[in-house]
Amino acid sequence: MKIMLNNREEHFDAQTLTVAQIMEIKSFTFRMLVVRLNDTLIKKEDYSSASVKEGDDLKIIHLVSGG
Amino acid sequence: MSTFNQIRAILSQKTIGIAGAGGLGSNCAVSLLRSGVGKLIIADFDVVSDANLNRQFYFHDQIGERKVDALRDNLLRICPFASLQMHNVKVTPQNISLLFSTCDVVVEAFDLADQKQMLIEFMLENHPDIPVVAASGLAGWGGTDLLRIQKSGLLYICGDETEEVSEENPPLAPKVNIVSNLQADTVLGILLGEKQ
Repeated sequence: MKIMLNNREEHFDAQTLTVAQIMEIKSFTFRMLVVRLNDTLIKKEDYSSASVKEGDDLKIIHLVSGG
Repeated sequence: MSTFNQIRAILSQKTIGIAGAGGLGSNCAVSLLRSGVGKLIIADFDVVSDANLNRQFYFHDQIGERKVDALRDNLLRICPFASLQMHNVKVTPQNISLLFSTCDVVVEAFDLADQKQMLIEFMLENHPDIPVVAASGLAGWGGTDLLRIQKSGLLYICGDETEEVSEENPPLAPKVNIVSNLQADTVLGILLGEKQ
């Protein structure tokens, strides 16, 4: 499948993947994240159930301390 | 194109919430006030300390004062007629709606990542129609060409999303000021329409 991940086109072999699987494949290791799938908030407890499919727009935003 | 008077006429009708009055919040408030935003609602529970003066909009003789009081004094010195609502509270899911539900835009200006996440997720879930301008990644110096604004719906994240504050990577005035003003400029873009 082909999706937009953080505004960049990404290809994956699988037809569908969970948010958690994509995080693992792409090595997102930051502790604090805001995840939005097609502009809908995905909370941490739903990372392993929310599925991403062809054409989806996924944003995984890192939150780091400082202000 | 708009004249400054036309810009002010629009901005004077707007209310901006700022969650946190540290390096991001205090400097962002100054820029929004100078631009002519009608009303600022600012919440913070902290007290001005010596360590804040390397980047926050406070003065040495204000050490020990509550930040919301010191910031009110400083903002009123810029604009004596400013409409300011200052709240000396810790922002929590229990009071976010009370504080910010009347705002046209809310600025996330916290220090800690878990606080940032709390505010962003609460606003997205409970006030999806209010734009949120957050910040992530501003420690140290250099790499300012990597600072950017990520947009997802009505959520805007300003910063490099990488440079986390630590003992060896402290927040310093230049980048903190740049990011706080990226936030202020993003607020103007939301209120006035994207760049001409």
